[in-house]
Amino acid sequence: MIKVTYIEFNGTERTVEVEEGVSLMEAAVNNLVPGIDGDCGGMCACATCHVHVEAEWLDKLAPMEEQEDAMLNLAEGRDGSSRLTCQIQATPELDGIRVRTPIGQH
Amino acid sequence: MTETVLILGGGQAGAQAVLSLRQQGFAGRLVLVGSEPFLPYQRPPLSKAFLSGALPRERLLIKPEAFYRQADVECILDTPAVSLDAAERQLTLADDRQLGFDQLLLATGGRPRQLQCPGADHPRLHYLRTLDDVERLREHFLPGARLVVIGAGYIGLEAAAVAVKQGLKVQVLEAAPRVLARVTGAQVSEFFAGVHAEAGVEIHCNTGVVGIDGDPDTARVHTATGDVMEADLVLAGIGLLPNVELAEAAGIACDNGILVDDLARSSAPGVLAAGDCSNHPSVIYGRRLRLESVHNAIEQAKAAAATIAGKPRPYNQVPWFWSDQYDLKLQTAGLLEGHDRALVRGDPQSRSFAVFYLRDNRLLAVDAINRPAEFIAARTLIPAGGQLDPARLTDENVAPQQFA
Ligand SMILES: Cc1cc2nc3c(=O)[nH]c(=O)nc-3n(C[C@H](O)[C@H](O)[C@H](O)COP(=O)(O)OP(=O)(O)OC[C@H]3O[C@@H](n4cnc5c(N)ncnc54)[C@H](O)[C@@H]3O)c2cc1C
Ligand code: FES
Repeated sequence: MIKVTYIEFNGTERTVEVEEGVSLMEAAVNNLVPGIDGDCGGMCACATCHVHVEAEWLDKLAPMEEQEDAMLNLAEGRDGSSRLTCQIQATPELDGIRVRTPIGQH
Repeated sequence: MTETVLILGGGQAGAQAVLSLRQQGFAGRLVLVGSEPFLPYQRPPLSKAFLSGALPRERLLIKPEAFYRQADVECILDTPAVSLDAAERQLTLADDRQLGFDQLLLATGGRPRQLQCPGADHPRLHYLRTLDDVERLREHFLPGARLVVIGAGYIGLEAAAVAVKQGLKVQVLEAAPRVLARVTGAQVSEFFAGVHAEAGVEIHCNTGVVGIDGDPDTARVHTATGDVMEADLVLAGIGLLPNVELAEAAGIACDNGILVDDLARSSAPGVLAAGDCSNHPSVIYGRRLRLESVHNAIEQAKAAAATIAGKPRPYNQVPWFWSDQYDLKLQTAGLLEGHDRALVRGDPQSRSFAVFYLRDNRLLAVDAINRPAEFIAARTLIPAGGQLDPARLTDENVAPQQFA
């Protein structure tokens, strides 16, 4: 189990425990975290699971694949910290990670 | 008096409607009625990661149980509705329970079209729509087993891909001259036929099934061309019939689905419909559509919830769909019917290419295979409706964002 903190655009924080191997999208959906829909069920096909990853955690993530990079262009307000949570699996290195849900997904 | 909203059908559209209604501020009584014994779950993995065993059952749920509790939804599962009185606004369930409503959303989906030939009741013949279907199928879905897939649509081919990877011997029969004939163009059909052949799937096109016999453990599939194929398992994926009977019997207008307007309203006041069971007008394509996709179920359910909550927001989106086979992700945007040109961008041999379907140089649809950027560009280009330069579409030096 690792701890993941989701921060809403209005500052509300929710920290949830996530089993290793589970994606941060699934963890958000299962813990009723608002702002992450995951419409395609994690197939990297819908871009409704977009977050901004806090700077200190960004380079701990596995690099993006082309599919994720392209799908992110569908997400509103994409920037250098943007990732799709369905493509981030919980691993021990990510214990404590903090991500912000974009206003457009609320 | 508090308002009661009933949602009939606990699938993709039903789950979304629950979520959207509460998000839109609907504070009345909310009841979700479903005929399956499960909370709403995702169907796409049924022919992909769930069939292969990579995804456990618990991870199929669209929302966890806690969500329905928190959203204060009464869930009545495992209980089909058997009749609807649209004028009296009353629904009768199989256990004789009567539920009154102010507004009802029909999200009843569809059921697999059944084979009509002799032997269609063979115990080894399966369909693939529900979790229970997969559980039954999996009993014989074992390495070395012989599988005959009837119908080379997405579901049939996805199942074939999983099966051959797991060491089953797979043959696919398709009555049309090419695979995926109903949903894609010739180039993409040819590509997928090649990929499956390479993986060891035997595909027979122009071959219908005329009958099934054999003992209970072995199905013998007879084809129109006179061949007989022995199988431990037969999977028919020959289309979906929308579940409209309840609506039809209630006098609600149906024609290949429950007819709705762009606010998801049916012909009966207070009754709406969304998802696979519904047939809606598309402004983009200028005709009525009945779509079978997650995106359509979700977006139409959102529109229905908005209507119910008194904040109408017309449904008018470019349809999109995806399919996963082997290492390939196919993403389709739009509908290709009526195209006069199909342009290929990239080399299919590289397993990464896109096909643009145009009419009068306007984009109707794209099939993108491992080409997400083309798919994304198409989702804005299609509704924009502008004339495009075909030479730019196929020029790999022009980025998809620069097509228009
Ligand atoms: C194997 C498979 C793979 C798929 N893959 C993809 C894919 O890759 N991408 C994609 O976009 N789409 C895919 N789809 C299609 C997608 O799953 C459907 O379009 C979507 O589930 C439709 O949602 P729905 O809510 O309209 O219907 P459903 O999800 O079918 O839900 C309808 C529910 O209503 C219930 N019901 C019906 N009648 C009654 C009644 N009288 N009383 C009570 N309950 C009733 C049904 O039992 C069912 O549970 C796939 C479908 C299948 C079967
Ligand atoms: S859940 Fe669809 S892209 Fe992440």
